[in-house]
Amino acid sequence: MPKIIVEIMPKQDLLDPQGKAVANSLHREGKKEITAVRIGKRIELHFDREITDQDLEMARDQAANFLSNDVIEDVVAVTKED
Amino acid sequence: MKIGVITYPGTLDDRDAQRAIRLAGGTPVPLWHDDDDLKKVDAVVLPGGFSYGDYLRCGAIAAKAPATKEVIRLAAKGLPVLGICNGFQVLVESHLLPGGLIRNEKQHFICRDQKLRVENNETAWTSLFEKDQEILIPLKNGEGGYIATDDTLKMLEQENRIAFRYVETNPNGSMNDIAGITNERGNVVGLMPHPEHAVEAGFGPDTPTAMRSGIDGLLFFESVLKMVVNS
Repeated sequence: MPKIIVEIMPKQDLLDPQGKAVANSLHREGKKEITAVRIGKRIELHFDREITDQDLEMARDQAANFLSNDVIEDVVAVTKED
Repeated sequence: MKIGVITYPGTLDDRDAQRAIRLAGGTPVPLWHDDDDLKKVDAVVLPGGFSYGDYLRCGAIAAKAPATKEVIRLAAKGLPVLGICNGFQVLVESHLLPGGLIRNEKQHFICRDQKLRVENNETAWTSLFEKDQEILIPLKNGEGGYIATDDTLKMLEQENRIAFRYVETNPNGSMNDIAGITNERGNVVGLMPHPEHAVEAGFGPDTPTAMRSGIDGLLFFESVLKMVVNS
């Protein structure tokens, strides 16, 4: 099934409480070599047909204006997956 | 004088907001998220709660609802709009107000009676307050940390667009102690604390005079009613 994958991460300089809690847990397990954990989102847009360049364009637009909020997040990637 | 209150799936405080409007002397009009007919109301309240389960981001999906789109259109023409808590989150996601709201600094959900200072008493919703008046209304949120870019913060400070600031305690790590802001025109105001929960003696925050006697929230609604009557 053709799909477009949108990946979103909290901005670098923003506190990521989820990531911090997971990092603390990993440290408790002895994984001291992991210096930090940051947690973002992967969003899949499924299509019932071949994905066109316009679809990718639309997905980039939605990623920037709806799926993410540029005050707190960055869109890291918008990619096609067959 | 009709003030609309929008109910989204997951809204909690719509009934309290309607009651506050009634106690202030207005007529509350229930509005539904999926209907772009705002019933010719004179002002709109976006109440607190967890619209659409806070999916994607708090307020993000509500910002795209048919009723919200109509609010955005009419706010540009001067319709008074008050966003409380989740309603404030809807206003920033709608770009009616700048900045964003993130998880509280200490990651806890905070519920307390919160002291605020009214920094701007020239908005549609704050005109009956004295400038720098300190008020006490309940605050209850998990994602109430106000953030914005340095440029936005500077602009808000310079243009006197910070409507309310937290006093004594900053409960959620909000930048510049910001509890609420207004748009340039002063018709759109958003804040995290809940004025609609401090409108009737016996049900408000404790004050030095008597338990649960705090009604500082009532002036928000009386302010907008006075403005609508005068215009």
